Amino acid sequence: MNRTFLYESHLGLGSKFVNFSGWEMPIHYGSQINEHNCVRNSAGIFDVSHMNIFDFFGVEAKEFMRYVLTNDVNKIDDGSALYSVITNNEGGIIDDLIVYKFNNEKFRVVSNCSTFDDVNNFFESNIIKFDCKFIHNPSLGILAIQGPESKIALENILEIELSNYKSFSFTERNKLFISRTGYTGEDGFEVIGEPEELQNIWDLCISKSIPPIGLGARDTLRVEAGMNLNGTDMTIKNNPFESNLGWVVDFSDDKRDFIAKENLTEIKNTNKVKLVGVLLNEKGVLRSGQKIIKDDFEGEVTSGTFSPYMKKSIGLARIPMDMNRNANVLIRNKLLNVKILSIPFIRKGKIMI
Amino acid sequence: MNETPSDLKFLDSHEWIKVDDNTVIVGISDHAQNELGEVVFVELPAIGDEFISGDEAAVVESVKAASEVYTPISGEVIEVNDTLEENPELVNTSPYEEGWFFKLEVSDENLGSIDSLMTAEEYSSMLDGNS
Repeated sequence: MNRTFLYESHLGLGSKFVNFSGWEMPIHYGSQINEHNCVRNSAGIFDVSHMNIFDFFGVEAKEFMRYVLTNDVNKIDDGSALYSVITNNEGGIIDDLIVYKFNNEKFRVVSNCSTFDDVNNFFESNIIKFDCKFIHNPSLGILAIQGPESKIALENILEIELSNYKSFSFTERNKLFISRTGYTGEDGFEVIGEPEELQNIWDLCISKSIPPIGLGARDTLRVEAGMNLNGTDMTIKNNPFESNLGWVVDFSDDKRDFIAKENLTEIKNTNKVKLVGVLLNEKGVLRSGQKIIKDDFEGEVTSGTFSPYMKKSIGLARIPMDMNRNANVLIRNKLLNVKILSIPFIRKGKIMI
Repeated sequence: MNETPSDLKFLDSHEWIKVDDNTVIVGISDHAQNELGEVVFVELPAIGDEFISGDEAAVVESVKAASEVYTPISGEVIEVNDTLEENPELVNTSPYEEGWFFKLEVSDENLGSIDSLMTAEEYSSMLDGNS
Protein backbone atom coordinates (compact mmCIF):
# COMPACT_ATOMS: atom_id res chain seq x y z
CA MET A 1 0.00 0.00 0.00
CA ASN A 2 1.24 3.51 -0.83
CA ARG A 3 1.77 6.00 1.97
CA THR A 4 2.40 9.73 1.80
CA PHE A 5 5.42 11.31 3.49
CA LEU A 6 3.07 12.40 6.29
CA TYR A 7 2.08 8.85 7.28
CA GLU A 8 4.06 8.95 10.56
CA SER A 9 2.54 12.33 11.41
CA HIS A 10 -0.97 10.99 10.84
CA LEU A 11 -0.18 8.01 13.01
CA GLY A 12 1.04 10.28 15.82
CA LEU A 13 -2.16 12.33 15.59
CA GLY A 14 -4.30 9.26 16.19
CA SER A 15 -5.50 8.83 12.63
CA LYS A 16 -7.72 5.96 11.61
CA PHE A 17 -6.71 4.89 8.12
CA VAL A 18 -8.61 3.79 5.04
CA ASN A 19 -7.45 2.19 1.81
CA PHE A 20 -8.17 4.82 -0.80
CA SER A 21 -7.31 3.45 -4.26
CA GLY A 22 -4.22 1.72 -2.94
CA TRP A 23 -3.21 4.58 -0.62
CA GLU A 24 -3.31 4.26 3.14
CA MET A 25 -4.89 7.62 3.97
CA PRO A 26 -6.36 9.18 7.13
CA ILE A 27 -10.15 8.83 7.24
CA HIS A 28 -10.42 10.78 10.49
CA TYR A 29 -8.41 11.61 13.61
CA GLY A 30 -11.18 10.92 16.12
CA SER A 31 -14.27 12.80 15.01
CA GLN A 32 -15.20 13.25 11.38
CA ILE A 33 -18.09 15.54 12.37
CA ASN A 34 -15.88 17.87 14.43
CA GLU A 35 -13.29 17.96 11.65
CA HIS A 36 -15.99 18.82 9.13
CA ASN A 37 -17.36 21.68 11.22
CA CYS A 38 -13.86 23.01 11.92
CA VAL A 39 -13.40 23.58 8.20
CA ARG A 40 -16.80 25.30 7.93
CA ASN A 41 -16.23 27.46 11.02
CA SER A 42 -12.48 28.12 11.19
CA ALA A 43 -9.78 26.15 9.33
CA GLY A 44 -8.20 22.74 8.95
CA ILE A 45 -5.38 21.06 7.05
CA PHE A 46 -5.61 18.03 4.74
CA ASP A 47 -2.92 15.78 3.31
CA VAL A 48 -3.97 15.15 -0.29
CA SER A 49 -0.57 14.03 -1.54
CA HIS A 50 -2.16 10.94 -3.09
CA MET A 51 -3.48 13.13 -5.92
CA ASN A 52 -1.58 13.31 -9.19
CA ILE A 53 0.44 16.25 -10.46
CA PHE A 54 1.34 16.49 -14.15
CA ASP A 55 3.49 19.28 -15.63
CA PHE A 56 3.38 20.22 -19.32
CA PHE A 57 6.06 22.15 -21.20
CA GLY A 58 6.50 23.16 -24.82
CA VAL A 59 5.72 25.77 -27.44
CA GLU A 60 2.39 24.08 -28.12
CA ALA A 61 1.44 23.46 -24.49
CA LYS A 62 -1.49 25.85 -24.72
CA GLU A 63 -2.72 24.29 -27.97
CA PHE A 64 -2.49 20.87 -26.35
CA MET A 65 -4.56 22.00 -23.37
CA ARG A 66 -7.13 23.60 -25.66
CA TYR A 67 -7.46 20.27 -27.48
CA VAL A 68 -7.62 17.83 -24.57
CA LEU A 69 -9.73 19.76 -22.04
CA THR A 70 -13.44 20.47 -22.51
CA ASN A 71 -12.94 23.84 -20.85
CA ASP A 72 -10.89 26.48 -22.70
CA VAL A 73 -7.65 27.69 -21.10
CA ASN A 74 -7.80 30.68 -23.47
CA LYS A 75 -10.09 32.40 -21.02
CA ILE A 76 -7.61 32.42 -18.15
CA ASP A 77 -4.55 34.59 -17.54
CA ASP A 78 -1.09 33.48 -16.54
CA GLY A 79 -1.19 32.66 -12.82
CA SER A 80 -4.78 31.43 -12.96
CA ALA A 81 -6.48 28.07 -12.68
CA LEU A 82 -9.47 26.46 -14.36
CA TYR A 83 -11.68 23.48 -13.52
CA SER A 84 -12.29 21.06 -16.39
CA VAL A 85 -12.93 17.48 -17.33
CA ILE A 86 -11.25 15.24 -19.87
CA THR A 87 -13.41 12.85 -21.87
CA ASN A 88 -13.05 9.95 -24.27
CA ASN A 89 -14.10 10.38 -27.91
CA GLU A 90 -17.73 9.70 -27.02
CA GLY A 91 -17.78 12.45 -24.37
CA GLY A 92 -17.64 10.06 -21.37
CA ILE A 93 -15.79 11.56 -18.42
CA ILE A 94 -12.32 10.13 -17.75
CA ASP A 95 -11.59 12.50 -14.88
CA ASP A 96 -12.09 16.00 -13.56
CA LEU A 97 -9.08 18.17 -12.82
CA ILE A 98 -7.72 21.62 -12.19
CA VAL A 99 -5.36 23.10 -14.76
CA TYR A 100 -2.94 25.88 -13.77
CA LYS A 101 -1.53 28.22 -16.41
CA PHE A 102 2.00 29.54 -15.79
CA ASN A 103 2.24 30.86 -19.37
CA ASN A 104 1.42 29.68 -22.88
CA GLU A 105 4.24 27.16 -22.73
CA LYS A 106 3.83 25.79 -19.23
CA PHE A 107 0.81 24.27 -17.47
CA ARG A 108 0.20 22.07 -14.44
CA VAL A 109 -2.67 19.63 -13.98
CA VAL A 110 -3.83 18.11 -10.68
CA SER A 111 -6.11 15.10 -11.11
CA ASN A 112 -7.54 12.32 -8.98
CA CYS A 113 -5.62 9.50 -7.36
CA SER A 114 -7.73 6.58 -8.56
CA THR A 115 -7.60 7.48 -12.26
CA PHE A 116 -3.83 7.69 -12.71
CA ASP A 117 -3.50 5.06 -15.46
CA ASP A 118 -6.40 6.36 -17.52
CA VAL A 119 -5.32 9.98 -17.24
CA ASN A 120 -1.68 9.22 -17.93
CA ASN A 121 -2.59 7.13 -21.00
CA PHE A 122 -4.93 9.86 -22.18
CA PHE A 123 -2.21 12.51 -22.08
CA GLU A 124 0.38 10.15 -23.56
CA SER A 125 -1.72 9.18 -26.55
CA ASN A 126 -2.89 12.72 -27.33
CA ILE A 127 0.37 14.60 -26.84
CA ILE A 128 2.13 12.98 -29.83
CA LYS A 129 0.60 15.46 -32.26
CA PHE A 130 1.86 18.47 -30.29
CA ASP A 131 5.22 20.08 -29.67
CA CYS A 132 4.82 19.52 -25.95
CA LYS A 133 6.08 17.14 -23.27
CA PHE A 134 4.75 16.16 -19.88
CA ILE A 135 5.99 14.62 -16.68
CA HIS A 136 4.21 13.07 -13.73
CA ASN A 137 5.53 14.41 -10.40
CA PRO A 138 4.97 11.68 -7.80
CA SER A 139 7.62 13.07 -5.45
CA LEU A 140 5.69 16.30 -4.82
CA GLY A 141 3.10 16.46 -2.06
CA ILE A 142 -0.10 18.50 -1.72
CA LEU A 143 -1.58 20.06 1.41
CA ALA A 144 -4.98 21.74 1.48
CA ILE A 145 -5.61 24.42 4.09
CA GLN A 146 -9.33 25.17 4.00
CA GLY A 147 -11.85 27.22 5.90
CA PRO A 148 -12.79 30.88 6.54
CA GLU A 149 -9.62 31.39 8.61
CA SER A 150 -7.29 29.59 6.19
CA LYS A 151 -5.93 32.79 4.66
CA ILE A 152 -4.84 34.30 7.97
CA ALA A 153 -3.46 30.97 9.12
CA LEU A 154 -1.39 30.42 6.00
CA GLU A 155 -0.19 34.04 5.90
CA ASN A 156 1.13 33.65 9.44
CA ILE A 157 2.80 30.35 8.78
CA LEU A 158 4.43 31.27 5.47
CA GLU A 159 4.98 34.93 6.41
CA ILE A 160 3.59 36.15 3.11
CA GLU A 161 0.65 38.31 2.05
CA LEU A 162 -2.05 36.38 0.16
CA SER A 163 -4.72 39.08 -0.34
CA ASN A 164 -3.74 39.59 -3.97
CA TYR A 165 -4.47 35.99 -4.79
CA LYS A 166 -8.13 35.65 -5.63
CA SER A 167 -10.04 32.41 -5.97
CA PHE A 168 -8.51 30.23 -8.70
CA SER A 169 -5.22 32.08 -8.86
CA PHE A 170 -1.80 30.84 -7.80
CA THR A 171 1.74 31.93 -7.06
CA GLU A 172 5.17 30.38 -6.49
CA ARG A 173 7.14 31.32 -3.37
CA ASN A 174 10.26 29.76 -1.89
CA LYS A 175 9.90 26.44 -3.70
CA LEU A 176 6.18 26.31 -2.89
CA PHE A 177 3.29 26.40 -5.34
CA ILE A 178 0.30 28.05 -3.62
CA SER A 179 -3.15 28.17 -5.20
CA ARG A 180 -6.43 29.49 -3.87
CA THR A 181 -8.41 26.36 -4.68
CA GLY A 182 -10.03 23.51 -2.80
CA TYR A 183 -12.77 20.93 -2.53
CA THR A 184 -14.78 22.14 0.44
CA GLY A 185 -16.90 25.10 -0.66
CA GLU A 186 -14.93 27.34 1.70
CA ASP A 187 -12.14 29.80 1.09
CA GLY A 188 -8.90 27.86 1.03
CA PHE A 189 -5.51 27.11 -0.42
CA GLU A 190 -3.65 24.15 -1.83
CA VAL A 191 0.12 24.05 -1.42
CA ILE A 192 2.33 21.85 -3.59
CA GLY A 193 5.97 21.23 -2.77
CA GLU A 194 8.74 18.86 -1.77
CA PRO A 195 8.02 16.67 1.28
CA GLU A 196 10.52 18.49 3.57
CA GLU A 197 8.89 21.86 2.94
CA LEU A 198 5.38 20.52 3.36
CA GLN A 199 6.25 18.58 6.50
CA ASN A 200 7.36 21.89 7.98
CA ILE A 201 4.07 23.60 7.04
CA TRP A 202 2.08 20.65 8.39
CA ASP A 203 3.93 20.72 11.71
CA LEU A 204 3.48 24.49 12.04
CA CYS A 205 -0.25 24.17 11.39
CA ILE A 206 -0.60 21.45 14.02
CA SER A 207 1.43 23.46 16.52
CA LYS A 208 -0.86 26.45 15.93
CA SER A 209 -3.95 24.30 16.61
CA ILE A 210 -5.09 24.10 13.00
CA PRO A 211 -6.48 20.57 13.14
CA PRO A 212 -5.76 17.77 10.68
CA ILE A 213 -8.81 16.78 8.61
CA GLY A 214 -9.33 13.30 7.18
CA LEU A 215 -10.80 12.08 3.92
CA GLY A 216 -14.12 11.38 5.67
CA ALA A 217 -14.75 15.07 6.29
CA ARG A 218 -13.32 15.87 2.86
CA ASP A 219 -16.15 13.81 1.38
CA THR A 220 -18.97 15.29 3.47
CA LEU A 221 -17.63 18.81 2.82
CA ARG A 222 -17.60 18.30 -0.94
CA VAL A 223 -21.13 16.84 -0.94
CA GLU A 224 -22.41 19.90 0.96
CA ALA A 225 -20.53 22.04 -1.57
CA GLY A 226 -22.25 20.14 -4.41
CA MET A 227 -18.98 19.02 -5.93
CA ASN A 228 -18.77 15.77 -7.86
CA LEU A 229 -16.55 12.87 -6.94
CA ASN A 230 -15.24 11.10 -10.01
CA GLY A 231 -16.04 7.39 -9.96
CA THR A 232 -19.08 8.04 -7.77
CA ASP A 233 -21.15 10.89 -9.19
CA MET A 234 -19.73 10.42 -12.67
CA THR A 235 -17.88 7.70 -14.54
CA ILE A 236 -16.74 7.06 -18.10
CA LYS A 237 -20.41 6.23 -18.82
CA ASN A 238 -21.53 9.79 -17.98
CA ASN A 239 -21.15 12.93 -20.04
CA PRO A 240 -20.61 16.39 -18.52
CA PHE A 241 -24.17 17.53 -19.26
CA GLU A 242 -25.73 14.83 -17.13
CA SER A 243 -23.14 15.50 -14.42
CA ASN A 244 -23.96 19.14 -13.69
CA LEU A 245 -20.81 20.06 -15.61
CA GLY A 246 -22.20 21.51 -18.85
CA TRP A 247 -20.52 24.75 -17.77
CA VAL A 248 -17.06 23.21 -18.21
CA VAL A 249 -17.68 22.39 -21.87
CA ASP A 250 -16.75 25.60 -23.64
CA PHE A 251 -18.05 25.93 -27.21
CA SER A 252 -17.59 29.70 -27.37
CA ASP A 253 -14.63 29.66 -29.78
CA ASP A 254 -16.00 28.11 -33.00
CA LYS A 255 -12.50 27.56 -34.28
CA ARG A 256 -11.32 25.50 -31.33
CA ASP A 257 -11.28 21.76 -31.94
CA PHE A 258 -11.31 19.57 -28.85
CA ILE A 259 -11.81 15.91 -28.06
CA ALA A 260 -15.42 14.76 -28.50
CA LYS A 261 -16.51 18.26 -29.61
CA GLU A 262 -19.00 16.92 -32.14
CA ASN A 263 -20.46 14.33 -29.79
CA LEU A 264 -20.69 16.80 -26.92
CA THR A 265 -22.53 19.28 -29.18
CA GLU A 266 -25.06 16.58 -29.97
CA ILE A 267 -25.33 15.46 -26.33
CA LYS A 268 -25.91 19.03 -25.19
CA ASN A 269 -29.05 19.19 -27.32
CA THR A 270 -30.42 15.75 -26.56
CA ASN A 271 -29.47 15.17 -22.92
CA LYS A 272 -32.46 14.10 -20.81
CA VAL A 273 -30.98 13.55 -17.37
CA LYS A 274 -29.44 15.82 -14.77
CA LEU A 275 -27.41 15.68 -11.58
CA VAL A 276 -29.12 17.54 -8.72
CA GLY A 277 -29.07 17.91 -4.98
CA VAL A 278 -31.50 15.91 -2.85
CA LEU A 279 -32.50 16.60 0.74
CA LEU A 280 -34.21 13.94 2.85
CA ASN A 281 -37.15 15.46 4.72
CA GLU A 282 -37.50 12.48 7.03
CA LYS A 283 -35.28 10.50 9.36
CA GLY A 284 -32.73 8.31 7.67
CA VAL A 285 -29.61 8.64 5.57
CA LEU A 286 -29.32 8.85 1.79
CA ARG A 287 -26.73 6.49 0.30
CA SER A 288 -25.45 6.01 -3.21
CA GLY A 289 -27.46 3.49 -5.20
CA GLN A 290 -30.85 4.27 -3.63
CA LYS A 291 -33.64 4.74 -6.16
CA ILE A 292 -35.37 8.10 -6.61
CA ILE A 293 -38.94 7.58 -7.77
CA LYS A 294 -41.68 9.88 -9.01
CA ASP A 295 -44.69 8.69 -10.98
CA ASP A 296 -43.30 6.34 -13.62
CA PHE A 297 -39.83 7.85 -13.58
CA GLU A 298 -36.72 6.72 -11.79
CA GLY A 299 -33.36 8.15 -10.88
CA GLU A 300 -30.59 7.21 -8.50
CA VAL A 301 -28.66 8.69 -5.59
CA THR A 302 -24.98 8.93 -6.59
CA SER A 303 -23.61 10.31 -3.30
CA GLY A 304 -25.49 10.32 -0.03
CA THR A 305 -24.48 11.22 3.48
CA PHE A 306 -25.45 12.90 6.70
CA SER A 307 -24.60 16.60 6.51
CA PRO A 308 -22.76 17.51 9.71
CA TYR A 309 -23.38 21.22 9.11
CA MET A 310 -27.09 21.03 8.23
CA LYS A 311 -27.73 18.02 10.48
CA LYS A 312 -29.87 16.43 7.80
CA SER A 313 -29.23 13.84 5.16
CA ILE A 314 -28.30 15.21 1.75
CA GLY A 315 -27.01 13.77 -1.48
CA LEU A 316 -26.46 14.11 -5.18
CA ALA A 317 -28.76 12.23 -7.55
CA ARG A 318 -29.00 11.63 -11.27
CA ILE A 319 -32.66 11.96 -12.30
CA PRO A 320 -34.75 12.63 -15.44
CA MET A 321 -34.65 16.26 -16.60
CA ASP A 322 -38.40 16.71 -15.99
CA MET A 323 -38.32 15.54 -12.39
CA ASN A 324 -38.58 18.61 -10.16
CA ARG A 325 -39.40 19.82 -6.65
CA ASN A 326 -40.22 16.58 -4.81
CA ALA A 327 -39.82 12.86 -5.26
CA ASN A 328 -39.48 9.73 -3.16
CA VAL A 329 -36.40 7.78 -2.27
CA LEU A 330 -36.55 4.05 -1.62
CA ILE A 331 -34.68 3.20 1.59
CA ARG A 332 -34.99 -0.37 2.90
CA ASN A 333 -38.32 -0.94 1.14
CA LYS A 334 -39.81 2.31 2.41
CA LEU A 335 -40.59 5.38 0.30
CA LEU A 336 -39.46 8.61 1.95
CA ASN A 337 -39.92 12.14 0.68
CA VAL A 338 -36.95 14.03 -0.79
CA LYS A 339 -36.71 17.61 -1.98
CA ILE A 340 -34.97 18.17 -5.31
CA LEU A 341 -32.65 21.15 -5.16
CA SER A 342 -30.05 22.94 -7.18
CA ILE A 343 -26.55 22.61 -5.74
CA PRO A 344 -24.49 23.71 -3.81
CA PHE A 345 -26.17 23.17 -0.45
CA ILE A 346 -23.52 25.31 1.28
CA ARG A 347 -21.10 27.99 0.12
CA LYS A 348 -18.73 29.77 2.46
CA GLY A 349 -20.54 28.70 5.59
CA LYS A 350 -23.93 29.78 4.28
CA ILE A 351 -26.77 27.30 3.75
CA MET A 352 -28.06 28.05 0.23
CA ILE A 353 -31.35 26.16 0.24
CA MET B 1 -11.98 2.61 25.01
CA ASN B 2 -14.90 1.01 26.83
CA GLU B 3 -14.04 -2.14 28.76
CA THR B 4 -15.78 -5.23 27.51
CA PRO B 5 -18.21 -6.08 30.36
CA SER B 6 -17.85 -9.66 31.49
CA ASP B 7 -21.59 -10.27 32.02
CA LEU B 8 -22.39 -9.85 28.32
CA LYS B 9 -22.47 -12.41 25.51
CA PHE B 10 -21.36 -11.60 21.98
CA LEU B 11 -22.01 -12.51 18.36
CA ASP B 12 -19.36 -12.59 15.67
CA SER B 13 -21.41 -9.87 13.93
CA HIS B 14 -20.54 -7.64 16.94
CA GLU B 15 -23.89 -7.44 18.73
CA TRP B 16 -23.93 -7.95 22.51
CA ILE B 17 -26.73 -9.27 24.67
CA LYS B 18 -27.42 -9.12 28.35
CA VAL B 19 -29.78 -11.63 29.94
CA ASP B 20 -31.97 -10.76 32.90
CA ASP B 21 -34.37 -13.66 33.56
CA ASN B 22 -36.48 -13.81 30.41
CA THR B 23 -35.53 -10.31 29.21
CA VAL B 24 -32.66 -9.93 26.78
CA ILE B 25 -31.10 -6.52 26.01
CA VAL B 26 -29.37 -6.09 22.65
CA GLY B 27 -26.74 -3.56 21.59
CA ILE B 28 -23.56 -3.32 19.51
CA SER B 29 -20.03 -3.70 20.80
CA ASP B 30 -17.47 -1.00 21.43
CA HIS B 31 -15.43 -2.44 18.57
CA ALA B 32 -18.45 -2.18 16.24
CA GLN B 33 -19.20 1.44 17.11
CA ASN B 34 -15.54 2.30 16.67
CA GLU B 35 -15.46 0.71 13.21
CA LEU B 36 -18.70 2.44 12.19
CA GLY B 37 -17.61 5.89 13.27
CA GLU B 38 -19.99 8.56 14.50
CA VAL B 39 -23.54 7.27 14.61
CA VAL B 40 -26.08 9.75 13.20
CA PHE B 41 -29.25 7.66 12.95
CA VAL B 42 -30.71 4.52 14.47
CA GLU B 43 -33.79 2.74 13.14
CA LEU B 44 -35.38 0.68 15.92
CA PRO B 45 -37.97 -2.09 15.74
CA ALA B 46 -41.54 -1.55 16.95
CA ILE B 47 -42.73 -2.84 20.30
CA GLY B 48 -44.53 -6.13 19.65
CA ASP B 49 -42.33 -7.12 16.69
CA GLU B 50 -41.47 -10.79 16.83
CA PHE B 51 -38.09 -11.94 15.62
CA ILE B 52 -36.42 -15.22 14.95
CA SER B 53 -32.75 -15.54 15.82
CA GLY B 54 -30.69 -14.02 12.97
CA ASP B 55 -33.38 -11.55 11.84
CA GLU B 56 -32.42 -7.99 11.01
CA ALA B 57 -34.02 -6.06 13.87
CA ALA B 58 -32.51 -2.57 13.69
CA VAL B 59 -30.28 -0.41 11.51
CA VAL B 60 -27.49 1.84 12.68
CA GLU B 61 -26.18 4.54 10.36
CA SER B 62 -22.92 6.40 10.81
CA VAL B 63 -21.68 9.26 8.66
CA LYS B 64 -19.86 6.57 6.70
CA ALA B 65 -22.29 3.70 6.24
CA ALA B 66 -25.45 1.85 7.20
CA SER B 67 -25.18 -1.38 9.14
CA GLU B 68 -27.80 -3.94 10.18
CA VAL B 69 -28.25 -5.10 13.75
CA TYR B 70 -29.25 -8.76 13.99
CA THR B 71 -31.10 -10.29 16.87
CA PRO B 72 -29.08 -13.12 18.35
CA ILE B 73 -32.11 -14.83 19.82
CA SER B 74 -35.81 -15.35 19.05
CA GLY B 75 -38.29 -13.24 20.97
CA GLU B 76 -40.74 -10.35 21.09
CA VAL B 77 -39.71 -6.69 21.37
CA ILE B 78 -40.96 -5.28 24.68
CA GLU B 79 -38.99 -2.04 24.85
CA VAL B 80 -36.83 0.11 22.56
CA ASN B 81 -34.28 2.76 23.47
CA ASP B 82 -36.18 5.87 22.29
CA THR B 83 -33.42 8.19 23.46
CA LEU B 84 -31.34 7.02 20.49
CA GLU B 85 -33.71 8.87 18.16
CA GLU B 86 -32.58 12.20 19.54
CA ASN B 87 -29.14 11.10 20.74
CA PRO B 88 -27.80 8.44 18.38
CA GLU B 89 -24.25 9.33 19.50
CA LEU B 90 -24.92 7.36 22.72
CA VAL B 91 -24.10 4.28 20.65
CA ASN B 92 -20.57 5.68 20.40
CA THR B 93 -20.15 7.12 23.86
CA SER B 94 -21.83 4.37 25.89
CA PRO B 95 -22.19 1.23 23.76
CA TYR B 96 -22.75 -1.10 26.74
CA GLU B 97 -24.98 1.12 28.87
CA GLU B 98 -26.99 4.05 27.48
CA GLY B 99 -26.50 2.97 23.86
CA TRP B 100 -28.56 -0.24 24.06
CA PHE B 101 -31.01 -0.83 21.18
CA PHE B 102 -33.98 -2.97 22.26
CA LYS B 103 -35.22 -5.50 24.80
CA LEU B 104 -36.74 -8.85 23.94
CA GLU B 105 -38.99 -11.10 25.94
CA VAL B 106 -37.62 -14.60 25.35
CA SER B 107 -39.24 -17.94 26.19
CA ASP B 108 -37.42 -20.39 28.47
CA GLU B 109 -37.04 -22.75 25.57
CA ASN B 110 -35.32 -20.12 23.38
CA LEU B 111 -33.06 -18.91 26.17
CA GLY B 112 -31.05 -22.10 25.81
CA SER B 113 -29.53 -20.89 22.54
CA ILE B 114 -27.59 -18.23 24.48
CA ASP B 115 -25.04 -20.84 25.51
CA SER B 116 -23.73 -20.95 21.96
CA LEU B 117 -22.78 -17.25 22.02
CA MET B 118 -19.30 -15.98 22.82
CA THR B 119 -18.25 -14.85 26.27
CA ALA B 120 -16.59 -11.44 26.59
CA GLU B 121 -13.24 -13.17 26.79
CA GLU B 122 -13.87 -15.22 23.65
CA TYR B 123 -15.08 -12.13 21.82
CA SER B 124 -11.98 -10.16 22.82
CA SER B 125 -9.70 -12.91 21.60
CA MET B 126 -11.62 -13.09 18.32
CA LEU B 127 -10.97 -9.36 17.86
CA ASP B 128 -7.30 -9.79 18.72
CA GLY B 129 -7.08 -12.55 16.14
CA ASN B 130 -8.47 -10.21 13.51
CA SER B 131 -6.16 -7.34 14.21
